[in-house]
Amino acid sequence: MSGYLEGILVLLAVNIVYAYGAFLPLAAGQLNIGLAGFAAIGAYSSAYVSNVYGIHPLIAIPIGGVVAALIALVVAVPVLRTRGIYLALATFALGQVVQASLLNMNVVGGAAGYPVTAFIRLPVVVGFAVVVMLLVWLLFTTRFGIAARAVHDDERVADLMGIEVRGFQVAAFALGSLISGIGGGIYAHHFSFIEAQYFNITLSITIVLYVLLGGTQTVFGPLIGAAVFTLLPELLRGSANWRYVVFAAGIIVLMALRPQGLITGGMLRRLFDWRDPFAKSPDAAKERAT
Amino acid sequence: MLGQQIVNGVMLGSVYAMVAVALTLSIGVLNFLNFSIPAMFMIGGMATWAFIHAGLPWPLAVAAALVVVGIASLIVELFTWRWMRGADKFVPLVSSMAFLILFEHLAIALYGSDLRTVNAGFSQVDLRFGGLVVGIPQLIGLVGSIVLIWCLSLLLNRTQLGRALRTIAEDSDTALLLGVNINRVVPIVFVVAGAFAAFAGVIFALNYRQVHPFMGEVVGLKGISAMIIGGMGNIWGSIVGGLVIGLVEVLAIGYFGADFVDIAVFGLLLLILFFRPTGLFAGMTAARGGI
Repeated sequence: MSGYLEGILVLLAVNIVYAYGAFLPLAAGQLNIGLAGFAAIGAYSSAYVSNVYGIHPLIAIPIGGVVAALIALVVAVPVLRTRGIYLALATFALGQVVQASLLNMNVVGGAAGYPVTAFIRLPVVVGFAVVVMLLVWLLFTTRFGIAARAVHDDERVADLMGIEVRGFQVAAFALGSLISGIGGGIYAHHFSFIEAQYFNITLSITIVLYVLLGGTQTVFGPLIGAAVFTLLPELLRGSANWRYVVFAAGIIVLMALRPQGLITGGMLRRLFDWRDPFAKSPDAAKERAT
Repeated sequence: MLGQQIVNGVMLGSVYAMVAVALTLSIGVLNFLNFSIPAMFMIGGMATWAFIHAGLPWPLAVAAALVVVGIASLIVELFTWRWMRGADKFVPLVSSMAFLILFEHLAIALYGSDLRTVNAGFSQVDLRFGGLVVGIPQLIGLVGSIVLIWCLSLLLNRTQLGRALRTIAEDSDTALLLGVNINRVVPIVFVVAGAFAAFAGVIFALNYRQVHPFMGEVVGLKGISAMIIGGMGNIWGSIVGGLVIGLVEVLAIGYFGADFVDIAVFGLLLLILFFRPTGLFAGMTAARGGI
């Protein structure tokens, strides 16, 4: 396999993992725009334990994810006292603090970057992506998925139905951060070098865009969104300068034409004539009617 | 030394305050975190440079840059608000983020990604008070931003348009029932917010004499922080927030070095979100006349 193709596939796998990390809080109606910060925490802590203690990457990467989830809990519990956009803003601030702190932490190389000695090959990277995907899909076939959907559609009604709204939001957010941390760990152990500059606000925003474009109604949205928008810019490589202009204009037009994302629950039902419990929502009902 | 740093901090803070006011106007009236505001800041600065570079005298260049920003704001309004009403709550946010990427890369495609030097044609004149040095463009920028914000406050509190805006802030459906022409009023919010951000960009370009396609991101992130610290939707709170961030930034550089700026600024933001998530002046939101 050519190096170029392998590079694209690794990028695709990492982006899919990030996309599921962003999807979990979005599915519960919360926005995480500090995703890069949690990915950085996962990347650096997994790289640190595998470099310093010689722990195998297969164990070090989940450890990185757990560290990211613990930090997410510390942030989410006080901030989710308020409603609305405050969690998104706190994640934004946290992402910035994480990046700035890593730039100044000499134990992990500071601004010069941090080399990682252990290395994982493409099959392991893809394996991680598939496991993450399957676990999220499984999770959304349980009561968790229905509850997350209810919280997303209307917090007050979900509360009336006896759902622990804040608990679900904290759980979805922490699980999403765990997955983002795993994504960071995969990235670190494949590319053998990480630098804090990579984990910037643009990365967070791009990943959130993938998920919203793919659609948050079903668990297939993040997969399709990440796949389309990782591969599409590669096709536009010829015009490097205008590539992002076209990409951004594409997002704006897509949002105007199809605000619920590429993949919706109603569409899946029409295509496969099945019932996805996760897709029961007013949006899907509207789609069915048309 | 400390006095000079406070002066510099206040000057930088007034730029952040203008951006924060633009953001808070959008949040307060439309409940919409408009990520294209940092792009308007960048367009204000870059277009000023481009028009000066093309040979226009600086006052004309500034006016032309403001016109460009006005047009860009109206386009953003169409795609994030007018055609998107009733869509999922994150959709306007996503589209405005896409507009930020679009405008930044449009600027790169047109002018390249180099740092450009703005040569406005007037020499840097400084005033000296005791040991303190204050640049005249800085002073004009500071006074200009205070006057503009005061005018905005009068507009919102004393005019028919301001009353319509405050009604929309309270409840846009009720505003529609009461006969407010939302399709005429909302574009004004976008243009005024864009103009504030652009004015900040112009001041930045003329004071620091440098522009860059990504200049909006750095300042925009600080502007968002200033807005949160002051309490979202509160104009005077945004000004306090902007000045706090400007001072913290300059003092952090002075005492701990440039590496600690982001830790200090965003760490402060995180602490405020922990202990007082609604900002320092919570409760005085747009609808309650605190705007």
